[in-house]
Amino acid sequence: MNHPQRAEVFNRDEDRVDWHDKTLWWVRQKRDMAAHKLPEWEALREAASQIKHNVLSNLDEYLVQFEAHAQQNGVTVHWAADATEHNQIVHRILVENQVTQMVKSKSMLTEECHLNEYLERNGIEVIDTDLGERVVQLAGEPPSHIVMPCIHKKKEEIGEIFHHHMGTEAGLSDPQILTGLARTDLRQRFLTRRVALTGVNFAIAETGEFVVCTNEGNADMGAHLADVHIACMGMEKIIPKREHLGVFTRLLARSATGQPSTTYTSHFKKPRNGQQMHLVIVDNGRTVQLGREDFRNSLKCIRCAACMNTCPVYRRSGGHSYHTAIAGPIGSILAPNLNMADYADLPFASTLCGSCSNVCPVKIDIHQQLYKWRQVLVQQGHVSASKAAGMQAMSTVLSNRRVFAVAGSAGRTLMRWFPGIVSNSLNPWYKQREMPEPPKESFREWYEKNR
Amino acid sequence: MSPRDKILQAIRQNKPALTALPAIPTSNTFADQVVERFTEILTTIGGQVVSVPDMNGVAEYIRSHYPAHRVITTFPELAEVAEVHWEDTSPHELADVEFAVLNVHFGVAENGAVWITDPLMMHRASPFICQHLGVVLSAGQIVPTMHEAYARIGSADYGFGLFIAGPSKTADIEQSLVLGAHGPKTMTVFLVD
Repeated sequence: MNHPQRAEVFNRDEDRVDWHDKTLWWVRQKRDMAAHKLPEWEALREAASQIKHNVLSNLDEYLVQFEAHAQQNGVTVHWAADATEHNQIVHRILVENQVTQMVKSKSMLTEECHLNEYLERNGIEVIDTDLGERVVQLAGEPPSHIVMPCIHKKKEEIGEIFHHHMGTEAGLSDPQILTGLARTDLRQRFLTRRVALTGVNFAIAETGEFVVCTNEGNADMGAHLADVHIACMGMEKIIPKREHLGVFTRLLARSATGQPSTTYTSHFKKPRNGQQMHLVIVDNGRTVQLGREDFRNSLKCIRCAACMNTCPVYRRSGGHSYHTAIAGPIGSILAPNLNMADYADLPFASTLCGSCSNVCPVKIDIHQQLYKWRQVLVQQGHVSASKAAGMQAMSTVLSNRRVFAVAGSAGRTLMRWFPGIVSNSLNPWYKQREMPEPPKESFREWYEKNR
Repeated sequence: MSPRDKILQAIRQNKPALTALPAIPTSNTFADQVVERFTEILTTIGGQVVSVPDMNGVAEYIRSHYPAHRVITTFPELAEVAEVHWEDTSPHELADVEFAVLNVHFGVAENGAVWITDPLMMHRASPFICQHLGVVLSAGQIVPTMHEAYARIGSADYGFGLFIAGPSKTADIEQSLVLGAHGPKTMTVFLVD
């Protein structure tokens, strides 16, 4: 199913869509309040964007520096060209340590690589420990949002999932109680698992340390109680110096949830005594994206999800309609790089309103990239014949003044006389909306009379 | 060719022309009244500030709030009210700790965070595994923003360094804020003048 089809499924439950829409818009408003408290906010965004540009322009050198420093710190560094290599490396570390169970904190990279499925096929039990990720894991679903993984679920459904999988009392729906139950259940896992996997928010070339940001404390509960800590990062997570963390930590949580900081900003530099620390650096298509001049800025992303919370299409279609690990506007410009045929629908899941670009803390030109991907996808034959024909017809009409005037006039007349021509279920614009009254005349006609 | 060399070669072929690093913006937003701002923001994010004249005030707090619970600390002067010799236990044995009192290097006014590195934690798990966390901060050790924080950290060496801003929290269920996700349910900063 493509984005419009999945969005249609999500839109069957009108109350839920309204709730989803309003809740995410509230998160966007919290972001605004936090940002407006800092007069230097725009200067911070510009600095973050330029730091990330410098990183992309010198990425090979920074990665080599980072690797050397991390190794000096006692960290084992692995390199993976693609998702398969990444999954094999993680599996090999587990096998070498004779471990079949692992706790994992949030890592969108491992979602992108489908690590859980791979490990489960190889007899490894993976427990996701971020509360939202645990909920969707128990439900057998992928996360629908990169910061709030189960934002598509109602609390009653979560109570039902816990009842079914954890044997908790039926009918619970109080978030405080449900969180307490998950806390107790997961604490036992943290105390008994010997391997913990975390993601990476920032990796510092200058020092070889990596930084993980969470609110729940689950990454740290896993890593500090386990004998083996595996951290997985996309190669673009590098930043040059420790002082640059000042810029990114000020932007990240404010953009994500409106908090002045995440609760925990953990700087992992050396393994503790007797512990192994592994770091896996992953390419998986990123070097290809780096070579696409129009799209390379997408690699600046720090995964705050501000673009999702503000997006009118995301808020009303839900994260699962994007059928990729990272949903929303940023996901729609990242996914076609991995596979144009599979994700050709995503750059069209946008109104091109530009709100995503306006809130992006690293100033990625997201809506312009969405527009550019559409052109690439049409040129390379990845859109349906009917869409291509429609766009061709539109192009003919819009580029010829007379044809445009005739078509507009004919359209208005037809809509007035035969409203059923547009107000029917065959017209996708009619779904979930009323069509507008056709105006009596066009602006051009009005202007001719009134100028 | 190894994956490493393949990746590095692909980067060299595809990267854009070298651009310079920008200057880091500065801020005066939080430069004045750092203690008041720190207190206000920590309170907003679910933490609390308790002003104490000296470590006796911390001991008094422990006596009144955690009379019959397991309390651990890294301060030898709190030996009467808390365990001080737990460096040789495994971190797993801290699972039943009710309250942990640790020292921190400094605080940050703009986000209510405190900076702590592993020698001050004894075990890296200690600030996370306790049910309630207390830290001792000198009022004179609060910097305005994260820029000054990293300037102060400089090139310090540590195995593990951590900013903590309030208690562990989640809003994953319908965006309802719950304090105490996996880590401490409360965070108290003992502010010493």
